[in-house]
This record gives sequence, C-alpha cells and structure tokens, in this order.
Amino acid sequence: MIKRKIEEYFFKSLMILATIVVTGSFFLIVGTIFTKGVPFMTLDMITKSPGGGFYIGKEGGVLNAIIGSLYIAGGATILGLIISVPVAIFINMYMDGRYFLSNAIRVVFDVLFGIPSIVYGAFGFLIMVYFGVRASLLGGIIAVTLLVIPVLVRTLDEVIRTVPNELRDAALSLGATRWEMAKVVLRQIKPGILTAILLSFGRGIGDVASVLFTAGFSDNIPNSLHQPAATLPVAIFFQLGSPVEEVQGRAYASALILTVIVLIITVLSQLLIKKFSKYKI
Amino acid sequence: MNIRLLKDKILSKLMLVFTLASVSLIVVIGGGLYYRSVPVLQKSSWYNLLTSSIWKPMKGLFGFYPFIMGTLWVTAIAIIIALPLCLLTAFYLVDYAHHNIKKFIFPFVNLLSGIPPVIFGVWGVLFIVPFIQDHLAPHFVEFSTGYSVLAGGIVLAIMIFPLIVSIISEVLNTIPQELKDASLALGATKWETIKKVEIRKALPGIIAATVLAISRAFGETIAVLMVCGNNAVVPHSVFDPGYPLPALIANNYGEMMSIPLYDSALMFAALLLFIIILLFNLISRLILVRLERKMAA
Amino acid sequence: MTTAPHISVQHLNVHIGQQHILNDITINIPNKKVTSIIGPSGCGKTTLLKSFNRLLDNTKDVKIDGKVLVDGEDIYDPKAEVTHIRKKMGLLSQRPYPLPMSIYDNIAYGPRIHGTRKKAELDEIVETQLKATGLWNEVKDRLNSSASRLSIGQQQRLCLARGLAVEPEIILGDESTSALDPTSTHKIEEMFIELKEKYTIVLVTHILRQARRVSDYIIFVYMGKIIEFGPTEELLLNPKQDLTKEYVKGFIS
Repeated sequence: MIKRKIEEYFFKSLMILATIVVTGSFFLIVGTIFTKGVPFMTLDMITKSPGGGFYIGKEGGVLNAIIGSLYIAGGATILGLIISVPVAIFINMYMDGRYFLSNAIRVVFDVLFGIPSIVYGAFGFLIMVYFGVRASLLGGIIAVTLLVIPVLVRTLDEVIRTVPNELRDAALSLGATRWEMAKVVLRQIKPGILTAILLSFGRGIGDVASVLFTAGFSDNIPNSLHQPAATLPVAIFFQLGSPVEEVQGRAYASALILTVIVLIITVLSQLLIKKFSKYKI
Repeated sequence: MNIRLLKDKILSKLMLVFTLASVSLIVVIGGGLYYRSVPVLQKSSWYNLLTSSIWKPMKGLFGFYPFIMGTLWVTAIAIIIALPLCLLTAFYLVDYAHHNIKKFIFPFVNLLSGIPPVIFGVWGVLFIVPFIQDHLAPHFVEFSTGYSVLAGGIVLAIMIFPLIVSIISEVLNTIPQELKDASLALGATKWETIKKVEIRKALPGIIAATVLAISRAFGETIAVLMVCGNNAVVPHSVFDPGYPLPALIANNYGEMMSIPLYDSALMFAALLLFIIILLFNLISRLILVRLERKMAA
Repeated sequence: MTTAPHISVQHLNVHIGQQHILNDITINIPNKKVTSIIGPSGCGKTTLLKSFNRLLDNTKDVKIDGKVLVDGEDIYDPKAEVTHIRKKMGLLSQRPYPLPMSIYDNIAYGPRIHGTRKKAELDEIVETQLKATGLWNEVKDRLNSSASRLSIGQQQRLCLARGLAVEPEIILGDESTSALDPTSTHKIEEMFIELKEKYTIVLVTHILRQARRVSDYIIFVYMGKIIEFGPTEELLLNPKQDLTKEYVKGFIS
C-alpha cells in the first residue's frame, strides 16, 4: 500500500514539474526577449527606415520592415479570405449530404495546414520564376497567401460548423436559396471571421521561410507591388547576423517589436474565441 | 425569383472552382517541385542522392545524407524531450488540476503557439546556445560552440509543446468520467487509473499527436537554422552541429540560381520534405478521424 | 434491525456549487440486506450513493460536511485511506463500463492492484466470480478476448463480477439495470437477491416494481431530504408521510 502511495506521489510531482516547465517556457522566452530588447529599444526603431550602413551600426530603424510585414500579412489575409470564405461556405452548405467528400476535403486542408512554410516559399519562388515576377512585395504576398489559405479555411470551417443546423434549416424553409442562407450564417459568425483574420494575420506576419525567397529585401518602404519588401522576421535575422554588437542589440529590439505585435494579435483572438463560444448553444 | 436562383447557381459554381483549385494545390505543389527536381534526378539516382554524403555543388555532387540525418537528429531530440513532458502535463491538467489552475495554464500554452519561429530562434541564440556551450557541454565533450543539434532540438521541442498538449488533452477529455470512476471504485489510485486505463484508451490519440508533432518538427526552418550550426556533416553526438533540410534550402537560396543544378537540388530537398510531411500528416489525420468516429459511436 | 448498521450516515450535507443537494441526511443502512433508494429525478439519490464510496470527491465544486460511518469508522476523516474505503464497496453504474482490456484482465484488475500476482490465484478468482455472476459458461473459451465484444447484459454482469473480485462488503448499484433488456434485468435482480446473503446492498432505482421485487428496505428521498424509511411492503403499501403517499400512489400490488 505504501509503495502505491509513493508511486502516486512521485508521478504527481513529476506531472506538476512537467507542467511548470511547459508553462514556464512561455514566460522564459518572452521574458528573455523583453529584458534583452528593451535596452535597445528607441523611438527611432519604429519610426525610421534604415539609413545607409544600418547593418554596420549607423542610424535608422526598422520601420521599413514593420510596414513591409504589415503589407504582406494584410495583403495575404485579404487575398486568402477571398478564396477561403467561398470554400468554407461551399464545403458546409453546398455539399449537402456528401459527408464523405466534404470530410475528405477537410483532410486535404488539414494536410495543407501541416505543410511547412519553407515548402510554400520554395513553391512560391517557382511560380514567380515561371511568371517572371521578381522578388517583391507581390511575390511575398503570393507565397504568404498560399500559406494562410489552410489556416483560414480551417478556422472558418470550424466556426461555421458551430452554427446549429436549425438556423440553416429555418432560413431554407422560408424559401431562401443556399446563398441567402449562407449570408445569414455569415452574419451570425462575425466574431469567428474576425478570429480567423487575426490568426491568419499573425501567421503571416511572423513567418520567415515563405518570404525569404519571395519578398526580397530592401531598406525602403515599398511603394509598389513590384518593389522588394523587407519584413520584420527577415530583418531580425539579418541584424542578428551582424558582427556589430549595436546591431545585434537592435535585433533584440526588433524581436521585441514583433513579439509584442504577435502577442496582441494572439490575445485578441483568444478573447474573441472565448466571447464567441459564449454564444454557442 | 429567377434571378435569385441564377445567382445561387453561378455562385455555387464559382465556389466549386475555388474549392477544386485549393484542393488541387497539393498536387500542384508536389508536381511543381518534382518538375524542378528532374534535372538533378537525371544526374543521380534517388538512391544516390539520399545516401551520399558528398556535398559539392560546384562539382555537381549532391549527397543529401548529412542533411537528412541532421533533420532526423533534431526531430528525434525534440520528440524525446517534448513527448514525456507534454504527456505528463496533459494528464496533470485533465486528471489532477483544479479547475482554476486549468483555466490559468491553458491560455499560456496556447500563447506559446502564437510566437513566431524567428523569435524562438533569437531566444535560442541568446539563451540555449550559451547555456550548452558554457554549462552543459563541458561535462561531456571537449569543445562545443553550443550551436548544435541539441540546441535545435530543445528549441523545436518548446515550439511543439502546445500542439502535443492540446491534442492529448482533447483526447483525454473524451474518456468518460464513469470509466475512470469504475477503476477508482475498485480501489485504484488516480495514477494507477491513468497508467492502466487512460493511457490504453488514449493511445491512438497519443500516437496521432506524436506523428503530427514529428511532421511539424521536420518542417520548421528558421528557429532551427539559427541555432544548429549549419555544418554539412553527419552529427555523431548531440553536441555536434547539424544541418537540417529546411535550413539547407533557406540558407542557399541566394546562390541557387548561379550554380548549375543547385536550384534543382534545392527543389529536390523541398520535394523530400513535402513528401515526408504529407505522409505523416495523412497518417495522423486518419488516426484522429477514426478515433473521433469510434468515440461518437 | 437486530444487527448494527453497516453504513451510518450522520448529518450529511452536500453542496455542489451553489446548490444544496443533500440536506442533513441521517440514516442507517442495515447490514446484509438490500436497501433501495427511491425518489423523483434530481432528488439526490445518486449523490447519496456516491457519497458512500467517496466518488463524490471528484465532482467539481463539491463541498461535503457530516459523517459517514462504515463499520464504525468515518470515511470522511482526513486520515482515512480512500482506496481502502473504495475496496470495501463495489459499484455498478447505470451503463456498463468495461475496462479497455480482456475479460480476464477486467476481473483480475482489482486483485492485481491490491497485491495478488500469482497466476493460479488470479485464475481462481476469475473463475469464481464469473461463475457467481452466471457468465462462466458463456465466456470461458474467450477469456482473453476484449470485454467490449460482450453484449450489454453480459458487460453489466462482467462489471458485477469485477466488483466482487476485490471482496467488498457492500455493493452499490446506481440504476444498474436501466440500460438492460428484461432478461438481463431479471438475471441481475436475481443476483442481488442471492448476494445479500454475503453483502450489504444499496440500490438506487426509479422503478418501484424493481424496488419491491428486490429490496428489504426502502429509503424515499425528495429534494435532498429523507422523507421516509422502512421495510419495503410497509413503505410501498402503507406510507406514513404525505409526500411518500403522493410518490407511490398508483402503485398497485
């Protein structure tokens, strides 16, 4: 009996320890970034683009990268929505009864979700070469769009599925067409759509591998789709590689900026999800 | 009346097109990558490419073995670290933790999944690499820069924590309390119930989570690239540097167009990744789907 | 009652969240008899039953005050060993929950946990309990097959055999025949009547006919309070309390 109690106590302690490690790693990482990044954080960082020689220690900030990232994440999300919303609606409302087929499609999107961003980047690069597009804002947007479509479809699909069938049936029994019923459902799940947008934006803004080949890099804020665009993650990556300590420090500050942006997005989406599930029946 | 129906019909056709296009993306990506890999495949066989260790792009020699090994080492280390920790955590949260503790912890685990990989990389460079170099390695080997497969594995492990914890918790939550009660009513302790009843019931889900985590770890590029040393040799210990496949692709895209066959080789690397991850994903999703169906029955 | 009560509940109060589920319950469960707990849905019958083997402990937001004495010892004493208490009680729930293992392992589960390792001993226990619950002939050739392949009636008897294998003193049944067909129900009821020679049995049921067929005593619970307690025939045919009269009215012998 005592042996059993000891065994229980031992494993319970092990479990608590594991939980502390897993949860604590979040605080460890964010904490490290904050403590290392804050000393190098200046207003210049977020308001200026790099001056000449930024990467060897001269003046400037990462505004170009911030704007570039925002453009790419934003553009990709918008394009992605245009494609994903119809797809999500189609699987759920137009494929009545063909459960096997619609589930097979869901599996396909789950698999697409699991494909690493480097593959999307490589593929995006292929497309660019094929169409003669240079490394630019457009290229980055294309690659990231491919990346976020599965995210959007998956989230939208989950959200649409929470709408009870009775609501759909009610609309249909009033003589609505499927499209009109879809509009009703979409209105119902607005917070869910917002969550999907946030998730996709968060994914698009933090990813490196997909934009590495496709967006190029530049010290300037891009003015057109055909200009190369800097992105925050890539900027961090380059700055970190510099031999100058000052610049490495700026990498930490840039990392801080990115972390803050992403944390805000994630927290917002978590809150939305919670608020949204309160309306679930 | 007619216009509404017409609109509905047109829209439904449009949606069908979009859906088909998206679904065919898998085929298009795979096909495109394969197409671009053909040049290098014409030069050496699949077998040669996969088992040779000679990597001399200038001479047109592409042996992917060190990179495959690098990927395997990093992934294996990550799973060995993450799986036990996450299993223990999931069991704690579902079976022992007070409701309020659960509410407090889950959000943070989820926040972890939102952190971009490059941040993990920066943290790895700041924290893990020096730690290995100064505190860990000296006990075991003569010298290590800290940039190693171990560093890559640790960073990767933390990146997949949220994935494993959330899937296993979900699976555990489907086990009916009455089943656990049946075991407890016989006089078993909570831990014995976990050991003998819950793990058995959750096994397919645990396997699915592991397979999914492996496929995620395989493809992670930037975080690992920043801390694993990028040395094209086969690692022999955890403190050796490594060069996983994704890192190879990311690091060399610049030169890829200037050396003949280099771009094809890198596309081949991407194709390899694509195939492996595709398979793993499919397997784990199928397990999860079957599990879901059994639960609903 | 001439012998000391097996279970003695004293001023038991159970709160779940804000709700006061059991209100100052004081009752003695007679030794080696079948006692049925009856009452309308939601009145607290199952809660009362679960308080006997402390499975109630795992309910979210539960608060338990009072004493439950088994063989004279308070099971809610902080020093009490929960697994020991639970071993004394066998639980049969509403739907059978066979453990995810073979028929043999299901029955051997309890004894193994409590220290019995030798195969010969376990073999004997498995055979004895399967015979006691009338399953032996039906399953003796497939002891190693999965328990989930049995029919529901067989599964419930398996769960009973599993519970008996740890040599309890008390058997608790929570509407244990409600998922079964009439034949299986009959078998289980017969078993309860047989088993009361050796065990004290407490059953929660909402079928008055079943209570009459099987039990020696009946407790009537309403809104968390014990309204009446007495020998079966007396309570059912000649209830003293108005609420009891209301509940059993229409029950013709």
